[in-house]
Amino acid sequence: MAGMFIHSSSYLAQSSTSIFSPAGTPSRWIFTLSMFVLSITGLIFLVVAGLLTYALIRYRHRNLLTYNEPTQIYGSNQIELAWTVIPALIVVMLFLTSSRVILATQDAKKPADAVDVVVVGHQFWWEYRYPKLGIVTANELHVPVSDPAHPTPTYLEMSSADLDHSFWVPRLAGKMDLIPNRVNTMWIDPDTAGLYLGQCAQYCGVQHAKMLLRVYADTPKEFAAWVAQQQKPAVEDPAVAEGREVFLHNACVNCHTITGTMANGRFGPDLTHLASRDTIASGAVVNNAANLKQWIDNPDSFKPGALMPPMHLNDHDLNAITAYLTTLH
Amino acid sequence: MSTIPITPDAADEPWVLPDRGTVGMACLIIAESAIFVIFVVAYIFYMGQSLGGPTPRQVLELPIFTTICLLSSSFTLHWAVAALRKSRVGGFTAWLALTVTLGAIFLIGTGMEWYHLIYIDHLTIQTNLFGTTFYSLVGLHATHVIVGLLMLIAALIFALTGHVNEKHAHRMDVLSLYWHFVDAVWVVVFTVVYVLGR
Amino acid sequence: MADSVTSLSAVETIDVTPAEKPRQLFLEVVYDWITTVDHKKIGLMYIAYSLIFLVVGGIEAIIMRIQLAVPHNTFVSPEVFNRMFTLHGTTMVFFVGMPILFGFGNYLVPLMIGARDMAFPRLNAFSFWISALGGILLYYSFVGGVGLYGAGSAPDVGWFAYAPLTAKVFSPGHSTDYWTISILLSGIGSIGTALNIVATVLCMRCPGMKLNRMPLLSWLYLVTSSMVFIAISPLTAAQIMLLLDRYVGSHFFDTQAGGSAVLWMHFFWIFGHPEVYILVLPAFAFANEIIPVFSRKAVFGYPAMVAASVGIGFISMSVWAHHMFAVGMGAGANVFFVFSTMIISVPTGIKIFNWLATIWGGKIRFASPMLFSVGFLFQFLIAGLTGIMLSVAPFDWQLTGSYFVVAHFHYVLVGAILFMIFAAFYYWYPKVTGRMMSERLGKWHFWLMVIGFHMTFDFMHIPGLLGMPRRIYTYEPGRGWEIWNLLVSVGALIQAIATLIFIYNLVHSYYKGEKAGNDPWDAWTLEWSTASPPPAYNFATTPVVHSRRPLWDIKHPEDPDWNYE
Repeated sequence: MAGMFIHSSSYLAQSSTSIFSPAGTPSRWIFTLSMFVLSITGLIFLVVAGLLTYALIRYRHRNLLTYNEPTQIYGSNQIELAWTVIPALIVVMLFLTSSRVILATQDAKKPADAVDVVVVGHQFWWEYRYPKLGIVTANELHVPVSDPAHPTPTYLEMSSADLDHSFWVPRLAGKMDLIPNRVNTMWIDPDTAGLYLGQCAQYCGVQHAKMLLRVYADTPKEFAAWVAQQQKPAVEDPAVAEGREVFLHNACVNCHTITGTMANGRFGPDLTHLASRDTIASGAVVNNAANLKQWIDNPDSFKPGALMPPMHLNDHDLNAITAYLTTLH
Repeated sequence: MSTIPITPDAADEPWVLPDRGTVGMACLIIAESAIFVIFVVAYIFYMGQSLGGPTPRQVLELPIFTTICLLSSSFTLHWAVAALRKSRVGGFTAWLALTVTLGAIFLIGTGMEWYHLIYIDHLTIQTNLFGTTFYSLVGLHATHVIVGLLMLIAALIFALTGHVNEKHAHRMDVLSLYWHFVDAVWVVVFTVVYVLGR
Repeated sequence: MADSVTSLSAVETIDVTPAEKPRQLFLEVVYDWITTVDHKKIGLMYIAYSLIFLVVGGIEAIIMRIQLAVPHNTFVSPEVFNRMFTLHGTTMVFFVGMPILFGFGNYLVPLMIGARDMAFPRLNAFSFWISALGGILLYYSFVGGVGLYGAGSAPDVGWFAYAPLTAKVFSPGHSTDYWTISILLSGIGSIGTALNIVATVLCMRCPGMKLNRMPLLSWLYLVTSSMVFIAISPLTAAQIMLLLDRYVGSHFFDTQAGGSAVLWMHFFWIFGHPEVYILVLPAFAFANEIIPVFSRKAVFGYPAMVAASVGIGFISMSVWAHHMFAVGMGAGANVFFVFSTMIISVPTGIKIFNWLATIWGGKIRFASPMLFSVGFLFQFLIAGLTGIMLSVAPFDWQLTGSYFVVAHFHYVLVGAILFMIFAAFYYWYPKVTGRMMSERLGKWHFWLMVIGFHMTFDFMHIPGLLGMPRRIYTYEPGRGWEIWNLLVSVGALIQAIATLIFIYNLVHSYYKGEKAGNDPWDAWTLEWSTASPPPAYNFATTPVVHSRRPLWDIKHPEDPDWNYE
């Protein structure tokens, strides 16, 4: 079993969400520990299963014509002591190595250059706030790549607005739950630029399966550019002024925020820079005009059971709002 | 088809096993204790965590009188069973009646306390975490008192109608274990809610 | 003393019942079964009941596997899928696992300790019927659970029903209440039966059967039943709290009022972890009886086996939060639960090694009971090893909530427990019915189960390692999960076929099976000394025993066990 893992780990590593292709410190520590654990359990398996197989073959009742009962052996103190003590020692060893990683991960000292993000889980989307940078966004988390020589990890303070969720991006770290009325902390420090995928890992209702995670590890320049763009208020393109009016006069404003306008709802994602995101519906579909229009018209068509109601807009209003939202870079 | 399998053989020493009524009641008490432990843990966990509403210190008074009644009822029940063992059914009936009375006083006292808490102090199970944990824990205990009391009343009726004699002493003893358990739980509830919690 | 025991051989019998029993009307038979307090009939009703729910739970599993065979499948809606995994888990744990193990316990424990019935026969009947009511209530939810917005129907909160998903606001209607109440009823039944088993084992053993001469099955059922009192009650308490929250407005798990979602998790897992040991200990019990008989050797290290079983029972109460490693507990708490979880592998390992030593030097017969026991040994070993992996909290931070965990616990539940349940069926069916099950069908059943089981549950580990969480009704393509999910689904269908063969074997052998006699396996415990099926009173005269293997003593008067104990 362990052999199969190790042999196929290169295959496993190719997947974008494999725990065996770590791209940050927490996941790397876990990977090293897991290799150690797998080798021990693999060894135990080979020994015990080997002995078992041997016994089953060697002690088959072959000659069914003769029948004497074999010698009855009721126990042996020495042997039983041996197979109590040796496993206990293995347990102690595993315990000490595990504790080391637990303490290193949970009690890691936060460097001064760490980026702080507040993560709030919702049914079925992720809210991200950068308090020191004045940014609010949703569903796509941008963090800077962390250089081991000069670490800039991202510390996530996590809670939930409704019920339990779990943040799991396997290549970056183990998972951590988002629980209402409780703040949990974890940190990530991707060492390579790129997109890291994951999804909610604690059943949270009908669309749990589509509460996807996208973590963009940006180079320092990319990150700075992204931050600068996100800090700006909403784009006010006069070409879509009509769409903006339609938006502001509809129920949209009860759930969504667009900074610089009177829309300040908090139930749904912040839309200020919606067009800067690659996906909508928490990673479920690509962010383009056609999908956006379909989503606004009937969210259930992408995510049946999503909490955004179908807006029942007429075609004209629907097109106007869609056109407006696609300008919000 | 039936068979006679193995010849019975006289055992060397007398073969004595525990009494199944006592063992069964002990198991029930262990299971019920586990339920109470969880409610007590919830109570302790939420101590001081209420977001608003009345606090224990504001509204709780030590229920000394009802506690004395309940705890004495264990003694009276013990004497009742002792009397029955000596075939003194009259004495048994009297002590049992006293036990029932003391248990009833406890329940009435609890009811009066709750009336005051709900209508005067405006503390209900919905009010805050204190209300939630208080009523559920004390209420769970009171429910057990009611069940025990019903069984004791049944025994009392049997005694008054002349159906009880010394042969039933063991069963009354097992029943009394339940009542003693209920009293022991009250000691814990009293300590946690009225002493530590205020 | 020795002489009088050997004066009557176990195989000599004297038939004293009339040659023909009067035929009973169908209604008389039904009335007899409904009102019976005979532990054997109650045991069989428990077993029949759980087999029905095994098929139902299996269908729920097949539905899920068809939906997950390919990404973005539309076989069922997300709502239906979520109900399927909730019902599958709830059914399999509470309405298959518990009843079938109590059923076997009910049937076997009195017979194996030389008693005529359980300590409290009427409580026994009551416990069965209230558990049965629980199962019916759970499935009635499909019809009766309708509430606001058509929400309702069967529960869809997962078998562990985390708060605050179960709060009225997130789960309107009555579906969650059906979950809660059906399990409450099942819990009452479980506590009743456990009480009965403890009282029976402690108070009704036949003369000479001191505790250290009891069959290991009785020991394991004693430990299991004792655990029930301490494990089921926290769940009962938590469910009462949940009902109060949903209906009376209390705030136990109401995070808006300062309540704690984590408190539910603690209470649930304080139940949930001992519960899985409650499910597995009876499987150990069967292994302890079957493996020695088919290796033709006494079990190796009886005292250590007892100590290990009791130890497992105690330690299992202290490991619960290893289900909560990702919940944000402090490092100290995590470290403690890593340690307690790892420690439990020591007594568990002792048991595996003792079974290995029992087989070693024996003369192994590979009849169906032994085939399934061998499967159990390998599969339980692997399950234990993946359990050790999961006990390493940092590794668990990746693997918890993923298909790796699903694979691990199914390895225990199906690979270990269900395999031993099958073994127990093949082993004791002759005692219950007087006929042997078909060995040919047994081998088909075994090999198809092995192929299907490994196809499903070996490969299921891989999507977990590749990042696939559990309880998702569909998944994204391009993450490497597709091929494994497909293989897992195919294996499920193979297991379904194997199970159908088994059920056919059960029914067919009842009518056409070879007659078994009292002791077809040449075994050593008391149930094999009486007729097959046993008479209503089990033993005409109460047996007296002088060792752990009374029938070995009778069959081998030159070398009885009491010389070695």
